[in-house]
Amino acid sequence: MDLTLKIWRQKSATDKGKMVDYKVTDISEHMSFLEMMDVLNEQLVNKGEEPIAFDHDCREGICGMCSMYINGEAHGPDRGVTTCQLHMRMFKDGDTITIEPFRAAAFPVIKDLVVDRMAFERIQQAGGYISVNTSGNTQDANATPISKHAADESMDAASCIGCGACVATCKNSSAMLFVSAKVSQYALLPQGQVEAADRVRNMVAQMDLEGFGNCTNTGACEIECPKGISLDNIARMNRELMKAAVLK
Amino acid sequence: MGGFFNSSVGRKVAMALSAFFLMFFLIIHLAVNITSLFSANLFNEMSHFMGTNPLVQFALQPVLILGVVFHFVMGFVLEIKNKSARKIAYVKNNGAANSTWMSRNMIYSGLVVLAFLGLHFADFWLPELNYKYIAFNPEEPTRYFHELQEKFVPVWRVAAYVAAFILLGLHLAHGFASAFQSMGASTIRKKTLQTFGKAYAIIIPLGFIIIALFHHFNHH
Repeated sequence: MDLTLKIWRQKSATDKGKMVDYKVTDISEHMSFLEMMDVLNEQLVNKGEEPIAFDHDCREGICGMCSMYINGEAHGPDRGVTTCQLHMRMFKDGDTITIEPFRAAAFPVIKDLVVDRMAFERIQQAGGYISVNTSGNTQDANATPISKHAADESMDAASCIGCGACVATCKNSSAMLFVSAKVSQYALLPQGQVEAADRVRNMVAQMDLEGFGNCTNTGACEIECPKGISLDNIARMNRELMKAAVLK
Repeated sequence: MGGFFNSSVGRKVAMALSAFFLMFFLIIHLAVNITSLFSANLFNEMSHFMGTNPLVQFALQPVLILGVVFHFVMGFVLEIKNKSARKIAYVKNNGAANSTWMSRNMIYSGLVVLAFLGLHFADFWLPELNYKYIAFNPEEPTRYFHELQEKFVPVWRVAAYVAAFILLGLHLAHGFASAFQSMGASTIRKKTLQTFGKAYAIIIPLGFIIIALFHHFNHH
């Protein structure tokens, strides 16, 4: 298939940036979206032009690196997929595809389609962990009984890959789906209880400090999340923070 | 607790709490007004009670005004903060693919309701304050029904009320379930809440619309 691509080009973090039109031809419907971008970059390199910078790593939907806002949606029009899992069969011959970086004040553009998502790392560092003594007499995790329901819910929350699609999609650039998934994966387990109050308080404080917006419950993040992280996690985070405010 | 209400989650909770209060008030307001459809006497009696009871006038009424002002001011504050969280807009954004129009436009439906409140206060509340507390007119327990009917004679006012109530319905259609979500309502109750919320968002504005139309067409 032949396509017209409108892509955001930005030389550096300080450059103003603009949309640039490109043509790609003979794209197979079996290609992934990133493979299509590879084809375009090969064309650009052969012409002596600067290839388009975009984030990617595992290309199998688990690392959370690939971003891109494709035709007005994070990771494009398919559901439950990252951009590397988006296939060109979702598009038609002759389509015009708009490709932009994830937009949020807390995710500044570094170059072209690459954004800085270190804000997520700093939120994780603020409380997305449990403290375990690893001096040699660490207790076996399986020695603590956990109900199947809690374990499953915690695993579901832990499947968040931190890609930032929730922020990119949210009209308020809110990071609450991400933060709530990271809060929930521990809040649901006995091991997470000791630091529960400090965790939610510190992670929410860091989230606010990074300049993410407030959640208005549109639910767009849940729809666009490649891992199907549920809004229930946001409700749980709200409960956890209310509990933390009352208890301490 | 101060820190809690300064956090993004805390502000959501504050918005939800003021929303619950206003949604409860709407039920009371509709319950009183609906009596005007079948009994002028009952409507007059209830309005007389609401208009003269010191607890309602000097305790509940100021709390209500504060609730309304808080909800609007906080709504604006959050909207400005949310807008500043994305400084460069998308060239192409397909919001309809993942969210409802109501959920994305709460500020606009809210602004219409705010404009309506201006008209509504000018229509009923300010004349009422003037009648009782400025002109010091003697209380006439039977004046309320007549005053109500008079207001709904002009077509423009009825049209403005109906339009505002439709927007209120759209605001509530997202706001009801959203308030519960902000308060941390879990999945098990979510489906029931959404159904109940949709029913509430239709019944309350529809009730007010029926009252406005009824008095417009049954004016004596």
